[in-house]
Amino acid sequence: VSDAEQPPKASAEQTHGSEAPQGPNPPADEAAAAGADGDLPVRLGQERLNAPVVRTGMFGTHGTPDTSGFGLLRVHRAPLLDSPRPYGSYFDVVADALGNALQADGLGFSDAVEHVVADRGELTFYVRRERLPEVAAKLRDDPELRFELCSGVSGVHYPEDTGRELHAVYHMLSITHNRRVRLEVSVPDADPHVPSLVGVYPTCNWHERETWDFFGIIFDGHPSLTRIEMPDDWKGHPQRKDYPLGGIPVEYRGATVPPPEDRRHYS
Amino acid sequence: MSSGMPHAATGATDAEAAEGRVYTVGGEDWEEIVAAAQSEDFESGERMVVNMGPQHPSTHGVLRLVLTLEGETVAEVRPAIGYLHTGIEKNMEYRTWTQGVTFCTRADYLMPIFNETAYCLAVERLLGIEDKVPERAQIIRVLMMEINRISSHLGGIAPMGLELGATTIYTQGARWRERTLDLLELITGLRMNHAFIRPGGVSQDLPPGALDAIRAFLDSSQPLVRRLHALIDANPIFVGRNKDIAYLDLEGCMALGVTGPILRATGLPWDLRKSQPYCGYETYDFDVPTVDTCDAYGRYLIRMREMDESMKIMRQCVDRLAARGAGGPEKDPVMIRDAKIGWPAALSLGPDGLGPSPEHIAHIMGQSMEALIHHFKIITEGFRVPAGQAYAAIESPRGELGAHVVSDGDTRPYRVHLRDPSFTHLQAVAAMCEGGMVADLIPAIASLDPVMGGVDR
Repeated sequence: VSDAEQPPKASAEQTHGSEAPQGPNPPADEAAAAGADGDLPVRLGQERLNAPVVRTGMFGTHGTPDTSGFGLLRVHRAPLLDSPRPYGSYFDVVADALGNALQADGLGFSDAVEHVVADRGELTFYVRRERLPEVAAKLRDDPELRFELCSGVSGVHYPEDTGRELHAVYHMLSITHNRRVRLEVSVPDADPHVPSLVGVYPTCNWHERETWDFFGIIFDGHPSLTRIEMPDDWKGHPQRKDYPLGGIPVEYRGATVPPPEDRRHYS
Repeated sequence: MSSGMPHAATGATDAEAAEGRVYTVGGEDWEEIVAAAQSEDFESGERMVVNMGPQHPSTHGVLRLVLTLEGETVAEVRPAIGYLHTGIEKNMEYRTWTQGVTFCTRADYLMPIFNETAYCLAVERLLGIEDKVPERAQIIRVLMMEINRISSHLGGIAPMGLELGATTIYTQGARWRERTLDLLELITGLRMNHAFIRPGGVSQDLPPGALDAIRAFLDSSQPLVRRLHALIDANPIFVGRNKDIAYLDLEGCMALGVTGPILRATGLPWDLRKSQPYCGYETYDFDVPTVDTCDAYGRYLIRMREMDESMKIMRQCVDRLAARGAGGPEKDPVMIRDAKIGWPAALSLGPDGLGPSPEHIAHIMGQSMEALIHHFKIITEGFRVPAGQAYAAIESPRGELGAHVVSDGDTRPYRVHLRDPSFTHLQAVAAMCEGGMVADLIPAIASLDPVMGGVDR
């Protein structure tokens, strides 16, 4: 699918922004209204049509043997980029507590956190990378926050998001308060440096090595940032989007099955 | 940070390794090593670096340990992993959301049902259909998870005995585990790698006779449990090898991200089934066993007691399913009633093998054009998942198993990451074993119960 057929991103976000964002707690009357026949297919179909999505490219197949007519249909709901207050659930408490904890160090909330997204019952802080260790230390130590457990790092590669290609995603768990929060840091491909969190959460040691191995994100201050899954002399970072999956065509009873990368794909 | 640097786990550069004396043990040459260690030019207090694994009967899989020994004391231990890396996460980016189940089930091969459930819960959260998954499917999920929890715990306890040289513990445990695998096979058709839990529900309803088979299993398990308890609990060798070994307290668990039976052996009753329930676990009656010994023996006890709790939950599932009566796509479905998401075909065994049921074929070919289109679309393209990300965590037999799933609105996952407990727990080996005896390394690793399929993915 070429760029021209992509849904216009800005308008998609506007569409989504103008609709009431689906907060973590849907209103109670909505659930009640669903009632006995709430999960009937016809009703679900109606819900889907009302959902804030963009549908483009319904017709017009080019360069593909697909003749089903809907090959380029894209049903796209842009991800939330910024959530307005209140976030709902315990999210406001966490955001306020983090703001207060940072304030005590003379840091403004927006100095450390670029924006906040509360989507599908999960809270994400998009943290500026230079402030990551401070934010993590506050999350761990502040009595109102107490995120004792870090579930490690997960990398995501967005090659089309210029200047923010590589993301490191941390999931934190507070056993004291039974809460979860996600930290996300984005760095450009040309300067893939993120401060290491091993000093705050020692469990990040192997997770950061894995994210370096698979995505090439360099965690500054890590005690020994070496490959962990791939062999030491491996070239490249396999989970990046520009790294091919590989595979060979397989012949079976006269027909040839192409490798997964070359199979027809509906986007 | 280039690829030219040596592996950190080896703890020495190539040059240093070349300077020291290197002995390659090839079998039947132990005399030579002993003679070298006793020779005059071997200074007392000199450290010996020993490579253990990746092919070793006591490392619980293809785990490699680089040990630095001072006599029989472990000065340093560095686990080296990656020998079973198969690119499961990368592969999932090239298949549909439903096909992804087939890949993630192979990650930690002792708990396939849990891998599937974590992934499916994340996909369901992205789709916003968490509360629309049919109740019958949720009961079957809980039932399958608890059967799998028993088979996984037995897959941890039985080799724990074998690695200490107690073959009987292994054979008794494996015998009981075989019974749980029979149940899984009866219900899903496979002993492992089931791909049974799917986004929106489960792939099919329980086959006829499944409830009776589970009841028979539950009724006949008690003697086996008793026998295992009688064999192990007070066995002086087992107790001697495991008690006060591999100590890891609450503080250590928190710092190293350790969860599951290891965390509960420090006395903290943290179980995601209780604290952050999913699949309706809040409606089941069960306890979270804890001990406060922080050692390998405590972890064994927790696993044994958790199997009792699992059987308690299984019994409740069976009762609920029996009360609901026979299911069916109209009456009591096991897949979400959304034609755009739910896999349409109820599978059945015909004369030419497993395939869509004759009723379904008749419906799409002769009765409903819309159903035919839905069938065609969902099988060729799959469904699209709204852009965003979700993290679903469940209490697996080994601890918190998380699935971080990212979608860009496509018919295929943009990124799937499994936060595997075995991977995280192996980091704790150094904290538990350094300063101890080399022989204690074996029960320490067995008490972590790492599964390399999940570690390397």
